[in-house]
Amino acid sequence: MIAALAFYVFAFILVASAVMVVTARNPVHSVLFLILAFFNASALFLLAGAEFLAMILVIVYVGAVAVLFLFVVMMLDIDFARLREGFQRYAPIGAIIGGILFLELLLVLAGWRFTDMAADLRLAPVPNGPVSNTAALGRLLYTDYVFLFQASGLILLVAMIGAIVLTHRERVGTRRQVIADQVSRSGSVVLTQVAIGAGISPDSILRPPPKDAPKAVEHHDAHGHGGHH
Amino acid sequence: MGGTTEMEIGLGHYLVVSAILLVLGIFGIFLNRKNVIIILMSVELILLAVNLNFVAFSAWLNDLNGQIFAMFVLTVAAAEAAIGLAILVIYFRNRGSIEVEEISTLKG
Repeated sequence: MIAALAFYVFAFILVASAVMVVTARNPVHSVLFLILAFFNASALFLLAGAEFLAMILVIVYVGAVAVLFLFVVMMLDIDFARLREGFQRYAPIGAIIGGILFLELLLVLAGWRFTDMAADLRLAPVPNGPVSNTAALGRLLYTDYVFLFQASGLILLVAMIGAIVLTHRERVGTRRQVIADQVSRSGSVVLTQVAIGAGISPDSILRPPPKDAPKAVEHHDAHGHGGHH
Repeated sequence: MGGTTEMEIGLGHYLVVSAILLVLGIFGIFLNRKNVIIILMSVELILLAVNLNFVAFSAWLNDLNGQIFAMFVLTVAAAEAAIGLAILVIYFRNRGSIEVEEISTLKG
């Protein structure tokens, strides 16, 4: 009874927040409603008994993907009012296509049932005994599906490298450490015998070259490097 | 639809919820034709509906394969979101706008 009530509550909030995702005026609100939708979907996963996936959904989707959306929406200075032009124009065709699709899905749902052999056709039955959902999934994932597991790791690696390569840009005007230049630097470091015991006399202080020297300008430019003499 | 658990909620309930989610995602793509960010969020909604289907069938058939596959779907969805948003960022950096209808550079 409580499970049924919880299902209806979570399902209702899930659908309502999904509606708000696609219709909200402010994209930041859309992202926040998307986060709410993910939370409620993970509650539905919990009700269905998929505990590990529910937690993964919260961690990966809410913690990473939705926050990524939030960052992009807030960082880019987008004129969202202009993007909403044509909102009314596309609504009828979208509603028609969505309605047709939903009716077709309901038709499929109405005339469908499990085959009698469904129990025998299972590839990986849920193990009996005190095995948690996470342990059962791990046993399956690291044995039968280890190649798919590694392939999905490769996909994530490619996505990470791709995102870095796409968004990385060389900035001009920033000072970066060029290690090769530092290592190959020779001849510019000299040992100088300064006058010993000269005290505060001007002779004892090494001064930069006079202003008229061509080196003076360069020295002024490279001031930020520090210790460059 | 044969329910193997004592819960009053049947498989059909889950399937209807996921069907509504899928339709809402597709509706969102039509509704926000110009805003790529909302389109990406609608794709996330569609993938969430797929995951809900996988988990529901996995629970009602007592078969763990559905949950394994849902995990892979989740992985690919995360990678897709990262790449999509990266493309969006560099497109905005180059053009100063993210209107989908202006993206026709590759048109022959």
